[in-house]
Amino acid sequence: MQIYLPIADLPVNVFVILAMGLAVGFISGMFGIGGGFLMTPLLIFLGITPAVAVASVTSHIAASSMSGAISYWRRRAIDLALAFMLLAGGIVGTAFGVWLFTTLRAVGQLDITIGVSYVLLLGIVGALMVAESVRAIIRVRQGKPVELRRPGSHTWIHGLPLKLRFKRSRIYVSAIPVWGIGFLIGFIGAVMGIGGGFLLVPLLIYVLRVPTATVIGTSMVLTLVTMASATVMHAATNHLVDAVLALILMVGGVIGAQFGARAGQKMSGERLRLLLGLLVLAVGIRFALDLIVPPENVYSIRPLDTDL
Amino acid sequence: MRPRAPFVLVAVLGAIGLSAAPAFGERLVASLSNHRVMVTSNFVGEELVLFGGVEQDQTSRPRRSGYDIVVTVTGPRQSMVTFRKARVLGIWVNADSREFENAPAYLAVLSNRPLDSIANTEMLRRLQLGLDNIPLPQRASVKIADAASDDPFRLAFIKIKTDQGLYREVSNGVTFLAPALFRASIPLPAEVPVGTYEVDVRLFADGAQIARAPSPFEVYKSGFEQVVTNAAREHGFLYGLVTSMMAVLTGWFASVVFRRD
Repeated sequence: MQIYLPIADLPVNVFVILAMGLAVGFISGMFGIGGGFLMTPLLIFLGITPAVAVASVTSHIAASSMSGAISYWRRRAIDLALAFMLLAGGIVGTAFGVWLFTTLRAVGQLDITIGVSYVLLLGIVGALMVAESVRAIIRVRQGKPVELRRPGSHTWIHGLPLKLRFKRSRIYVSAIPVWGIGFLIGFIGAVMGIGGGFLLVPLLIYVLRVPTATVIGTSMVLTLVTMASATVMHAATNHLVDAVLALILMVGGVIGAQFGARAGQKMSGERLRLLLGLLVLAVGIRFALDLIVPPENVYSIRPLDTDL
Repeated sequence: MRPRAPFVLVAVLGAIGLSAAPAFGERLVASLSNHRVMVTSNFVGEELVLFGGVEQDQTSRPRRSGYDIVVTVTGPRQSMVTFRKARVLGIWVNADSREFENAPAYLAVLSNRPLDSIANTEMLRRLQLGLDNIPLPQRASVKIADAASDDPFRLAFIKIKTDQGLYREVSNGVTFLAPALFRASIPLPAEVPVGTYEVDVRLFADGAQIARAPSPFEVYKSGFEQVVTNAAREHGFLYGLVTSMMAVLTGWFASVVFRRD
């Protein structure tokens, strides 16, 4: 069934979009990530311009996060205090990221910066996660006890002042690294046009030692707030949010996120981390290939005066 | 919209005024099957039909090789950038680019036989007919100049546009139904941008242009598509808020529907 998208200006098959929403929603519910880094390339592949794809995907991510966040809320797996502290840093980071984005575009080096940082970021984060979770799985196989809490493994981060107790996550850490992580996520999100969930989840797990159970729900609340405001910002400034495309993606996304969240709860923490690590690594390699493999056509065209 | 041949024929034969170059004595009349193409939710492209006829009068000279028709359909103008990738430090980056100022977003050149057998190369170039000769001014740093027809950026731009179905040159796109009566179908793929389209019909005989007739049409969004587009353009903030609310409600609704605990 074909439907003409009013802002993207082209007809698409409703069921293809719905299926894409379902698949990405499932992954997003399972890992507590937005999935923008998966959905945007898929939409561009269908012929939707990058600017419209990025702007419309934000609302799809907001919907998936909302649906997933409610499931985690019922399971009491969300640390609201932590989410608000992260958000505080995130707002500053976003403002700084937007400034850098504008500067880089003025210099004409935005494309290459985005390309290389995608590869580096996804590659490093993915590799680290895979390595760590494989080690954890091997430990479990060998019958050694799972180290849920590592009292001896406190780093310098835990020595910082301004300590706060996050009851739901059962952690007692300084507010400085929390703001710092929020800042980093907001900054990277603004520069690279991604929600940053795939980065937030490992940072919370490895740096703050937040238990995997509360990480995902908390990350979803953060994603919900940032992506809902991004939708409003994109719509107000670029007028490129396609509400019809967004609605189809959302319907698929929220259903997928429900099943994804359930699948995620059934899986062990280290297995979940391994899968997410592999996914992030795969997307990183995909971007690397774009940079390394000689392109089929060295020429490409795009309209003037649109971002991305 | 399918062509309604009898109606259009009557319209063509009754048409007055669309004419040019009276010195040669031939008058060219042309009319489209539809001057307003509506883009609705189920728009998947459309084919417009152009009917036209050549009127002769007492001063008309006999033509040795009959008539030839070249129809050029030019869509709304849009500035585009063509990038060329090159390997820098082992990675492929967009190293070079050209801006095409106000390039037509859609371009179709339809004729009854290959352009080079209708008129000579010099004539085609002068009249800017065909994909090889269409003006595509490029901006290189500050000055704007029309590049040579074999410029690699220009060729790549036309190739990509052709692959997208937005540029085409069809040498059998015009059919003569009678010696002085012709029809042409103008394919509009679903990706065509909205805006005003110029249809330029040129009559050739013996290798020279003897008459010309314009016939514009418009592609516009209607109904739901128009409402959404207007809302997004004119009330961006509100539109964004509504879309966000839609996202939150969809998410909440799904969690209620799928609740199992």
